[in-house]
Amino acid sequence: MTDNKDILVEFDHFGFKYNAQQKPTLSDISLSVKRGEKVLIAGPSGCGKSTMVHCINGLIPFSYKGEMTGSLKISGKESRDLDLFTISKTVGTVLQDTDAQFVGMTVAEDIAFALENSCVIREEMKERVLRIAGTVNVQDHLHHAPGELSGGQKQRVSVAGVMVDDVEVLLFDEPLANLDPATGREAIELIDKLQEETGAAVIIVEHRLEDVLWRHVDRVVLMNEGRIISNTDADTLLCSKLLSETGIREPLYVQALKYAGVFLAPEKKPSDPALPGLDEKDKEMVRRWFENSGDDSPSGRKHPLLEVRDLCFSYEKRNRRALDGISAAIYEGSMTAIVGTNGAGKSTFSKVICGFETASSGEMIFEGIDLKSLSMKERAEHIGYVMQDPNHMISQTMIYDEVAFGLRNRGVPEDEVQSRVEDALKICGLYRMRNWPVSALSYGQKKRVTIASILVLRPKMLILDEPTAGQDYRHYTDIMEFLVKLRDQGITIVMITHDMHLMIEYADRAIVFSNGRIIADDDPARIITDAGIIKTASLRETSLYLLAKKCGINDGTAFVKRFIACEKEYRR
Amino acid sequence: MTNLFNYIERPSPIHRLTGATKLVCMLLWSFAAMVTYDTRFLALLSIAGAALFLVGNIRTKDVSFMLGFTIVFLFFNNILIYVFSPMHGTGIYGSCTYLTSWHGRYAPTVEQLFYQLNYILKYSATIPVILLFVCTTNPSEFAASLNRIGISYRISYSVSLALRYIPDVQQQYYEISKASQARGVEMSKKASLLKRLKAASNILIPLILSSMGRIETIANAMELRGFGKHKKRTWYMARKFRISDYASMAVSLLLFITALVLNHINNGRFYNPFLNH
Amino acid sequence: MKKLSVKTIVAIGIGAALFFVLGRFVAIPSPIPDTNITTQYGLLAFIAAVFGPIAGLFAGLIGHFFIDFSYGWGVWWSWVIASGVFGLLMGIISRKLRVDEGEFSGKDIAFFNLEQFIAHIISWVIVAPVLDILIYSEPVNKVFTQGLVSAVSNSITTGIIGTLLCLAYAKAIPKKGSLKEED
Repeated sequence: MTDNKDILVEFDHFGFKYNAQQKPTLSDISLSVKRGEKVLIAGPSGCGKSTMVHCINGLIPFSYKGEMTGSLKISGKESRDLDLFTISKTVGTVLQDTDAQFVGMTVAEDIAFALENSCVIREEMKERVLRIAGTVNVQDHLHHAPGELSGGQKQRVSVAGVMVDDVEVLLFDEPLANLDPATGREAIELIDKLQEETGAAVIIVEHRLEDVLWRHVDRVVLMNEGRIISNTDADTLLCSKLLSETGIREPLYVQALKYAGVFLAPEKKPSDPALPGLDEKDKEMVRRWFENSGDDSPSGRKHPLLEVRDLCFSYEKRNRRALDGISAAIYEGSMTAIVGTNGAGKSTFSKVICGFETASSGEMIFEGIDLKSLSMKERAEHIGYVMQDPNHMISQTMIYDEVAFGLRNRGVPEDEVQSRVEDALKICGLYRMRNWPVSALSYGQKKRVTIASILVLRPKMLILDEPTAGQDYRHYTDIMEFLVKLRDQGITIVMITHDMHLMIEYADRAIVFSNGRIIADDDPARIITDAGIIKTASLRETSLYLLAKKCGINDGTAFVKRFIACEKEYRR
Repeated sequence: MTNLFNYIERPSPIHRLTGATKLVCMLLWSFAAMVTYDTRFLALLSIAGAALFLVGNIRTKDVSFMLGFTIVFLFFNNILIYVFSPMHGTGIYGSCTYLTSWHGRYAPTVEQLFYQLNYILKYSATIPVILLFVCTTNPSEFAASLNRIGISYRISYSVSLALRYIPDVQQQYYEISKASQARGVEMSKKASLLKRLKAASNILIPLILSSMGRIETIANAMELRGFGKHKKRTWYMARKFRISDYASMAVSLLLFITALVLNHINNGRFYNPFLNH
Repeated sequence: MKKLSVKTIVAIGIGAALFFVLGRFVAIPSPIPDTNITTQYGLLAFIAAVFGPIAGLFAGLIGHFFIDFSYGWGVWWSWVIASGVFGLLMGIISRKLRVDEGEFSGKDIAFFNLEQFIAHIISWVIVAPVLDILIYSEPVNKVFTQGLVSAVSNSITTGIIGTLLCLAYAKAIPKKGSLKEED
């Protein structure tokens, strides 16, 4: 046992029930976090992780009312005897929604926010802001507005904004949810660096295990249904079956090792992606598994549904071209991923295709029709666009009306509306809930409603912006399997995404955007193993590739393909 | 979009004044122009205001967009006044000097034209300082300035939040409206008014309801960083008053007092040149 | 004055931002000059109904102030204040409603619309014109006509947009009740 004063957060048989709910959200939680420790809290949606975050930072019980049982001590004091402001001096929270956390008008003001609230004088503020901005490397952006920053920069400002208070516990709520792959990795590296420099305790709440494990964590706390089901080091956890049982995705290389039949033990340190503990026998097993692979079925030449030639576009007032000579084809019945950093042009590309923006030059041919001759509304009958946040699309209260909306706007007779709406609802698995209010649905179900409301217009192609953002593995799989089903029914799917797993697992092709140009258009497995593209497009090589190299397999692309084939089989 | 309020960063004596000073001056100046209809005084303010543009290093082309709006607004308002009340000036100045031999209701009178000249002067006296304030005050300084002149920091911060989130809301509105139009929502002039209103609601509902969810998250984020802890707060963007600040405020106060004094001398708000007739 | 909660402050800020964007970008031109058919009062009525009179007052004042400000045509104080008054009145009268608890049915809709009509009349036919006369000495019949036109057009937009918003918001609040799947 270490010194008691080093224990910063201590749950002891703690439970919590929100006033509005009948069952407790957390029960029998016992957990302590010491100074200098790094703890990952993982678990599927609805397991109580967000409630844990609220308990640690004091929003429970000071903003959200409910019934607390047991004890929770922050720096040795019972949290219910403290107040929100005292707790926030100890615990700094970085929220998932960095736009909501960024309340200042510029970077410097936002970092200074906590100091302003503590009435620190201006000269001291300036100096502290400058120092902390240097630590998180935003010192060159002090006078920039949030709109001028990338997602990763905004997050670093958020981190600076809580660190400026010299907190002892840094609490990160889903820090990776909105970041592109390379930026996510930088975030994890930054957290690691900050902990070394400040000696603070770090608590990360995240379901993307593999990304967090890029740097060492001391312990992983696994939660399910409001309870802690495991509290151990990452190596032990990865060797158990608990992750797959709770619906948390194991790192891909661990999955591959398991498929290959490699026996994993904590001594082999499976949490380290460099896999120092893998012996020759294990490597041989991986090689054998790889060579055993069946056919690598080459997909036959397909018929292009949409062809784009030399497409250019720039937003007014900005000189740089957002799209600079884009030429590509989307094939009928394919599932294409469009990837790249924020601002690379992938969203702009889809907006131009759907007619939300007008191209300055170039051609867009959809099944022989020139898209430029069609209005936005007419194009929607060929190409449907699904926004990232379903809440931004839903304007009706009832599911049926929401799906019927686009048809009614087009003056389609009501009996045809009914048959088409019912068809769309059946495809999306919502038919039985057709007379429910939209508000009764979960996020994933709402997403389906928005997809149904687009499908009802019978487009041949769907463009989805980040179809799985912020979803845990189970919901992710649900949404993606649903899209596969649509694809099998002949609808061409285009997905704009940051998620490398999604790309290699589901897309049959990936188009990589960088600075308004297409820098690659190829098989995802090949893209993810091409160091040059990965670097330019701010992607991230997959751990599978590292594993292949480690085992002396030269054809990384084939190895990734073998894994995906195995995954697909396993899922069936 | 960040420059919706047209702040122009340029070195000038006016830029160097603190936001609070400029706010006080703008308010006093506007009130001075508001309380009196003394033609001479309004003309003086108009000329002085235009001169300040030179001091503030702001050029006509920087504000041409806003000036355009103002001129249209002023034009219509003048027509409306004439249409509704062509004898308003006669009523105010107590005399009636027709310019034409025709003496109908809409016959032009010197008094009416003089009243409308004053009305225009009232604008030209205030608009320069407002435009100047808009162009020379960093929006970031705005909230700190409000707090400085005695408005509670909580309300001041909500002003800052509004400025912070306007670009986000604008962006969201744009995207939602495009996606709705693709689904067939018709906002163009072709649709009837009622249809357009319903169409607007179909875009506004998702925009506003998703913003409601945001409110709680932002409030949490602010409380977690100690907002509302003390009775006071300091401001990163606040600046110390210097001699020029005090001098500017004193001049503005003087103008305001002059306006009040003039009202007393003129026995009312209007300077009446027709009395000597 | 009672200390404002942080949530109210954020509601004022976001409410004003929405008011601004609606007023600047979602206005439908009407045949009468400087009287646009505005959509923002439906929003303001809704904000006031959910967050109370203080939020309504300041969201209206700040939002309208920024609209005038961004056009640069000078701040038309009389109308800015009238917008605030409308938010304030809606917040006070809406205390009888329970929109934030998910209740907004037939009787509430009638009540909401009656009160918004009265609040618009007070704001545009009394507050705005009287201030116009006091501040700018404008002709009486001109300002009252303008006020009346605004009151009527604003009540129509508030009636449609405000009512739909309250309905959508109230329905989005989960209520206990059995939802059955159908075949």
